[in-house]
Amino acid sequence: MEASEILKQCNDVWELRHEYAKDWKRRTGGKVLGYFCTYSPEEVLYAAGILPVRILGGHEAPTLATPHMFDMWCPYSRDCLNQGLQGKYDYLDGIMATNACLHPRQAFGAWTVHVPTPWNYWFVMPNAVRSPRAKTFLAGELAEFKKAIEEWTGKTIADEDLDRGIDVMNINRRLMKQVYEFRKEDNPPITGTEAMTMVWASQLMDKGEHNELLKQLLEALPNRKLDRDTGVRLMIVGSENDDRPFMEMVESIGGTFVIEDHCTGSRYFWDEVVPNKDRLQVIANRYCDRVPCPGKDWGMEDCSRKRFPHILQLARDYGVQGAILIQQKFCDPHELDIPSLRRYLEGNGIPCYFLEFEVTVPVGQFRIRVEAFMEQIQAEELFA
Amino acid sequence: MAKYKTKGLDCWGRAKELRMKYYQDYAEAHKRGALRWEGGAWTFDAVPQALEGEVHGLTEEPYGASVGANPDLQVKYQEAAEGKWGCARDLCAYLRNYWGSIVLNEYAFGGEWPKADFVFQNHICCSHAKWLQVASEIEGDVPFFCFDVGVGAFDKIGERQINYVVEQLHDGIEFLERVTGRKLSDEKLIRNVYNTYRSNCYWAKTCELNQAIPAPLDEKTMFSLYVLGTLEKSNEAIADFYEKELYPETKDRVANQIAAVGNEQCRMLGDSQPPWGFLRVYRYLEQYGVVSVANLYTFSLVGWWKVNEKGNLVPWPTLEEQGITIKDRDHALRLLTEGELKGKLEWAPFYGAKYKNDLVTKLAKQWKCDAAIIHLNRGCEGTAQHQMEMKIALQNMRLPVMTFEGNMADEREFDEGRTKRFIDLFITETLGLKKVAG
Repeated sequence: MEASEILKQCNDVWELRHEYAKDWKRRTGGKVLGYFCTYSPEEVLYAAGILPVRILGGHEAPTLATPHMFDMWCPYSRDCLNQGLQGKYDYLDGIMATNACLHPRQAFGAWTVHVPTPWNYWFVMPNAVRSPRAKTFLAGELAEFKKAIEEWTGKTIADEDLDRGIDVMNINRRLMKQVYEFRKEDNPPITGTEAMTMVWASQLMDKGEHNELLKQLLEALPNRKLDRDTGVRLMIVGSENDDRPFMEMVESIGGTFVIEDHCTGSRYFWDEVVPNKDRLQVIANRYCDRVPCPGKDWGMEDCSRKRFPHILQLARDYGVQGAILIQQKFCDPHELDIPSLRRYLEGNGIPCYFLEFEVTVPVGQFRIRVEAFMEQIQAEELFA
Repeated sequence: MAKYKTKGLDCWGRAKELRMKYYQDYAEAHKRGALRWEGGAWTFDAVPQALEGEVHGLTEEPYGASVGANPDLQVKYQEAAEGKWGCARDLCAYLRNYWGSIVLNEYAFGGEWPKADFVFQNHICCSHAKWLQVASEIEGDVPFFCFDVGVGAFDKIGERQINYVVEQLHDGIEFLERVTGRKLSDEKLIRNVYNTYRSNCYWAKTCELNQAIPAPLDEKTMFSLYVLGTLEKSNEAIADFYEKELYPETKDRVANQIAAVGNEQCRMLGDSQPPWGFLRVYRYLEQYGVVSVANLYTFSLVGWWKVNEKGNLVPWPTLEEQGITIKDRDHALRLLTEGELKGKLEWAPFYGAKYKNDLVTKLAKQWKCDAAIIHLNRGCEGTAQHQMEMKIALQNMRLPVMTFEGNMADEREFDEGRTKRFIDLFITETLGLKKVAG
């Protein structure tokens, strides 16, 4: 199959996510569970034969959510709740939240009261992920989660099941990372929009099926030549982002997103579980050691951030010329980091430009602003 | 003539004195060879305050609120945080006041910003650890320690959750001894934990007395009283204030029907922090005989509570009432952690709307509230959690509810005239009340 066809399938899953999930239920008879945050341990869900799907917004005005979350909460979270209240997730058998930022917690809270969903669970993901105590605590939390899933499904999760869950997740992460290697090329055979759509599909579809698509994509990419100039090599960093129109717009005016740091992008899959006998402990280790959300990016005895050097390394590895820093409006974790991140990247020679996202973005205005940013980068390079 | 007797609190002056001494001690600490530390109102101050020698803390939220009470100063600090540091203007308003203060090198109580020797913080909302991470960055290399208390709601706390926090506190003690070169005194720690219990439990007992009709305290007054617990709940003088001054005096007011508002005719439930620069709104309510008597935030920001077998909110018992004698350091840390994790009900809404709904409906019933006014607080996501859900829950119990948008410490987001107009309409049209005082 051609790369474009595979990537179209990913886009179809993203666009028709509900149809995909309903079809999956019909085909497998399995349960589907919605989750808000990528700190949800999907390994355990796959071990139980459950399909985890990330709750994403519909990029629509969240009118139904307004009586439940007033407008100081992030538009993405309100949009997610709005989708639930509209009944678009009526096929979900369960829903879970974690100790993420306060915004999706509001959406989850209202969801459990107003959107009929048979099962719900609060997963206590530690905040102090760099504390030496966090991994043991998280392993205990995973044991409770596993027990709750067993009680819900009526099936015991054996070590072999956990191995299978870890394996399918790790393969998925590894394959996506291999795809990302192509983005380092001078003329990448995959755009940033396509690469991120691939990640969004991973969060929405059966990882086993996604892995098959990825294997085919890896075979097809070496032969793919895009009929476009790479232009300015950009990085995009920030909050949840599945804003395809924005990504497409930037890539239509002379830029290419060659890498990103989003929970809907590389941050989701960058780190694997390192398997060992104590399955729950190694899963816990992975979630504590992963590239953190800014909300969890502080050391217990050290106020440095782990994410910043990682972002800089990505920028260098992928030949980034400039970074677009975005945040969902009211997104505290990113708002708290952005002034420092901007100083850090600019101090290391990466020009930055900031944009604030809503459920829909003013593409026309943003186009002018991004064009100006790219012109600035090109001018600086011209006269350097 | 007023319906009930009323008078100011005899202990009011003492509360003000304790508060001013706290901020002055922090500013002057270095002159006296004392240590200075920064942390949050929710951090376990009993631990750093147990270091040998003289130690003084500065809790970030009450500082931000103090700035917020002065609209001109607040705008100046926030514009510095936004303009000079570059942060978003919708971040926590206390945090922006605090960062702006550092950026301008100004202490709201006079003089230059008093740089801390270390940070001893805990984290539960989005901002806590990050607040002092950035503060340390702006101030320049302040040693930083932050422990995690986001381990689940009060009814999910068991040994595993307590162990996690206690182990972190032991790590924190190692940190404190290393960065300060001072030893932690177990004797001081044990005393501080007894004091912490007394502060939290007696504040809750005082709030419980407000179930009486007429209410002995109004919320505007209570704001100035609970704050001492957010400054240094482990402090002997503060614990004594709660146990030996405020609680007995409030009890006496109940016994003698001394009201906070002489013409009490409507008991209000509040939520979240008020807009600090505009507390006169509470006096405006009093013209109608409306008195704000209960608020989950005001009651349990420092107060510890439990839900008894009948499903009612009751104050958490002191260690003396439980017959517990603290044996050693680990025992002290465990008791401290247990009280905070199980008793601080203000933390429960972090884990779901159902907790907040359940707690505020209990408050409304037990404190005999006739209506609710909810400040949709754009300045604090932590306390503004599930406010719209709670509105629905209160309405479902047929309680009239008014909401107004504002910000606890950013006057640019509060419209006083509009809010007063809402209040007029709500009280006269929805509640059918008339002014009882000029």
